[in-house]
Amino acid sequence: MAVETTDDRVRNTSFVFWSSSKYRTKFYEVLVLGLLFASLYWIINNVVTNLNRLGIRTGFGFLKQEAGFDIGQTLVTYNEASSYGSAVLVALLNTVLMSLLAIVFATIIGFVVGVSRLSSNWLLSRAATAYVEIFRNMPLLLQIFFWYFAVLRALPVPRQSIAFFDTIYINNRGIYAPSPVFEPGFGIVIAALVMALGVAIALRRWARVRQSRTGQPFPVLVTSLIIIIGLLLVSAAVAGFPLSWQVPALKGFNYTGGFSVIPELVAMVVALSIYHASFVAEIVRGGVLSVRRGQVEAARAMGLRPGQIMREVIVPQALRVIIPPLSNQYLNLAKSSALAAAIAYPDLMHVLGGAVLAQTGQPIEVMTIVMGTYLAISLLIALFMNWYNRRSSLVER
Amino acid sequence: MAFVASRPEPTLPAPVAAAGVLGWLRQNLFSSPINTLVTIIVLYAIYRIVDPLISWAFINAVWTGTSADACPDGHGACWAFVRARFRQIVYGDYPLDQLWRINVLYAIFAGGLVALMYPRTPGRKWVGLFMLTGFPVVAFLLLVGGVFGLRFVGTNNWGGLMLTLVVAVTAIVGSIPLGLILALGRRSEMKAIRSVSTAFIELWRGVPLIAVLFMASALFPLFTPEGVNFDKLVRTLLAFAIFSSAFMAEVFRGGLQAIPRGQYEAAKSLGIGYWKMMGYVILPQAIRHVIPALVNTCIGIFKETTLVLVIGLTDLLGVIQLGLSDTDWIGGGHIYASGYLFAGLAFWAFTFGMSRYSIHLERHSVSGKNQALQTL
Amino acid sequence: MKHQSEFGRLLERFGVIAAAVGALSIFAGASGAQAAGLLDEIKARDFVHCGTAPNVPGYAFTDANGDRVGFDIDLCHALAAAILGDPDKVKLSKMRPKDGFPALQTGQVDILTHRLTWTFNRDNGTGMNYTRVMIYDGQGFIVRKDLGVSSISELDGAAICVAQGTTVELNVADFFRTNNLSYNIVSFGSQEEAQIAYDEERCDAFSTDRMGLAARSLGFKNRADHVILPETISKEPIGPLVAHNQDEWADTARWVFNALIAAEELGVTQGNIDDMRANSQNPEVQRLIGVTGDFGQRLELSNDWAYNAIKAVGNYGEIYDRHLGPDTRLGLERGRNALWTDGGLIIAPPFR
Repeated sequence: MAVETTDDRVRNTSFVFWSSSKYRTKFYEVLVLGLLFASLYWIINNVVTNLNRLGIRTGFGFLKQEAGFDIGQTLVTYNEASSYGSAVLVALLNTVLMSLLAIVFATIIGFVVGVSRLSSNWLLSRAATAYVEIFRNMPLLLQIFFWYFAVLRALPVPRQSIAFFDTIYINNRGIYAPSPVFEPGFGIVIAALVMALGVAIALRRWARVRQSRTGQPFPVLVTSLIIIIGLLLVSAAVAGFPLSWQVPALKGFNYTGGFSVIPELVAMVVALSIYHASFVAEIVRGGVLSVRRGQVEAARAMGLRPGQIMREVIVPQALRVIIPPLSNQYLNLAKSSALAAAIAYPDLMHVLGGAVLAQTGQPIEVMTIVMGTYLAISLLIALFMNWYNRRSSLVER
Repeated sequence: MAFVASRPEPTLPAPVAAAGVLGWLRQNLFSSPINTLVTIIVLYAIYRIVDPLISWAFINAVWTGTSADACPDGHGACWAFVRARFRQIVYGDYPLDQLWRINVLYAIFAGGLVALMYPRTPGRKWVGLFMLTGFPVVAFLLLVGGVFGLRFVGTNNWGGLMLTLVVAVTAIVGSIPLGLILALGRRSEMKAIRSVSTAFIELWRGVPLIAVLFMASALFPLFTPEGVNFDKLVRTLLAFAIFSSAFMAEVFRGGLQAIPRGQYEAAKSLGIGYWKMMGYVILPQAIRHVIPALVNTCIGIFKETTLVLVIGLTDLLGVIQLGLSDTDWIGGGHIYASGYLFAGLAFWAFTFGMSRYSIHLERHSVSGKNQALQTL
Repeated sequence: MKHQSEFGRLLERFGVIAAAVGALSIFAGASGAQAAGLLDEIKARDFVHCGTAPNVPGYAFTDANGDRVGFDIDLCHALAAAILGDPDKVKLSKMRPKDGFPALQTGQVDILTHRLTWTFNRDNGTGMNYTRVMIYDGQGFIVRKDLGVSSISELDGAAICVAQGTTVELNVADFFRTNNLSYNIVSFGSQEEAQIAYDEERCDAFSTDRMGLAARSLGFKNRADHVILPETISKEPIGPLVAHNQDEWADTARWVFNALIAAEELGVTQGNIDDMRANSQNPEVQRLIGVTGDFGQRLELSNDWAYNAIKAVGNYGEIYDRHLGPDTRLGLERGRNALWTDGGLIIAPPFR
């Protein structure tokens, strides 16, 4: 049609700036950035206007002021007279403690279940599959509620605690276990431990050099264990066993003395571990399956024993596949730990989003701290796992 | 020639039953002493879990009653609680005489899903189009009301399964196009667009959803000028969709990265533009690659809808939780357990269904070029 | 096909620009919409939006019919009656303390008729203003009888359930610190969660304002197993809050509440108010219920604003007796909340 040909001719002869992909690209970039900054400016402007209108004080000065409230679980010294800043630190440490414990347990359970799914035992693999399908498909919050309200809250009161060997007590206020008391002379034992570890590391290095030179393997693990345990026992005997246990005892309202864990932490760690373990199991299974059959057959043909095949052939290769998604899962776990606020475990979200926010009345600053801290945690985990990933990929030649 | 056999080998006995039930058992459960031990341990564990569970959930359970007094502790499950709250679980606090509106929506939703899943439905494309465009409009009009003589029902009356589905469907449907745009942005050759997209995605992926929802419910009004205010549910849905879009974006990016460069180069050499190249060449392939991951993300979103209860919306789990804090139903861990078990089964039915469907799709995705797009 | 591609190209070029212009104009439009005063906004939307406690018998409670009833709820009805002429033109939102503050600050509710103590910190620099004190209370503790505790000083080492973001949380910390007692705090997101946790024996004691304790203990599985300890560790003047910088609205709310108290001082009740309007010769009564004067107009309300409020919910004493008084389940004597003329602290500024 005539119109179209005219159109084409016009485009070919006249210079329009978007005809050049270079200019067009620049134009889009400027547009997007402009829009971004315009909307950011708009939001910040609104916030400032609103805060001024309402006479809400601004700034992070409150962090140095006295908080005035207490927190149910503190890993560092904290009391009512401490500052909001220390409250943030206490809450952060509570989040870190919960996440680390859950990561450890989720990894252990996940590896066991993941490997079980690949077992040649039909019943075991089906049981592992059932585990994964049940816990992966139910909301985490629901599982947290289940463990906290249906299981831990239903435990007996302190005076009717469930006792294990009269040293560990479990009731609806938490778990109470003996704590070690270090007596003078314990320094010797620590020195011995450090020495033993040093020897073990040196031994491992020597064994490796020897193996690469002569091909002779050396039982490093067993020897190291014997050295460490032996040195510990000897040094403890020399110092007169400078370690005693403080056993919790029922005094007043509850068990005191010893080491105690609040039920909110138990519920969070149990729920997070069980839920995330189902994902870890799938990651592990995928990793092991990614090692090709030929690798195992070749290893067998070279006369390696099953344990060696696992350790030297399957695990190093599977790990390379496992680590990236596993690190992602750890990230998810750390973020989902913020659900602790729903059952009053004093983590970042609970202490900051609840007490600090309401007592200071400065929601913008408080939520900025919360978001910033979680972002930093995510970043740290990502960096660490990237580093570890790089290290483990070096196995590849 | 000593190594050459001079007489036939004796016939070996027939292999011990490798087929049949016995053979299967021997191969899969009792192949070695360790295996036998494992089998026995697992069997015992299953017995120890399943036997008390059955007597708790069925034999000793209480089915009728109006308060916790009907369910004494140490007896069995308290399904009476679930029955007492059942209407709220399904409909929330929606006015009693208007429940038909929700029923109609449930029917359309279920019918549409079945029609979409069955591959030989006539006009499946149009059904899909309707579910993505028409259905949300119909649902919005029916639920909110205020037009065509329908009574207005405020969002504070919404709850239960209905609210869970509203949040899940909005978040999923809203986050897919947004995620696609973000994924394209992150793979763009324009540096500014790439860094903005990357920053946006990583920002949302680095913070917990519960904090985002809290921001949306408590702080969002500070971000808008005075007098501009959205309904709390609208803010929540918006936050949910944006948050989920960051995860969707990463899923799509995975698919885009899986497309070999040659596909891009071939498309460009044919002289077609960016959007057409994406729309006709790259995306249809990329999306087919990521369907399992996409469904997994949808399952994740569906499970995370429960978080809205933390900001005071009563979704399915919220209704259960609210009912459990009712003075009439405070009476021990077994009532909590019954409520959570029921809610768990309800969620599980949805998520397990989705994951089965995803596996089904994965197995059949080789046929039909546009199938991937249709299932979206 | 050719046409389609032309269209596509056009879309490609102008789509982004159009989107940008559209977005900018929405922004501009939104910022251009200057908000009117909150009182005008309430009149325009035709309901008062109150934030109340989720579930406290006597104060804010959902009864067997599914209706929200209580002292705090009636304050909201009084506002709606005075401003809009209809006590039912209210929207009642349940809020925990930690949700309520941001909701008020950001204008999602008009007023918090909640059990929130008036403190310096909440009144200054947090974007909120108190209207007036409606209840004078003080913080106490409730424990199980079988613990054998008869005084707070015996609570050394006890686990104590409180709600976070409240003055309760701060008072407990102060009290135990100054008295050198140890304790384990368990802070929950809301009073309701803390109450249930205590009832399920997560804690040895539950602490909140004494009148709140009286109300909440009704929700326990077995009220008779518990005892409220005699000591009061704080003063808790409690009243409704509005957002900062809403002077007109704050004045209106404050004077509606004053009118309820003045009505009791003047002997005006829900029952006799029509009679009073027709026959009372007391000039202050006449000014209060709008027979003479222009107090309604000065609040930008109709002149029968106070009449409507009192007619709808009764005077202060009637509201108190209906929800909290000796004849209710809570059974609370007036005590400090009696009128100043009866030796209490409740007083209304003069209506003149």
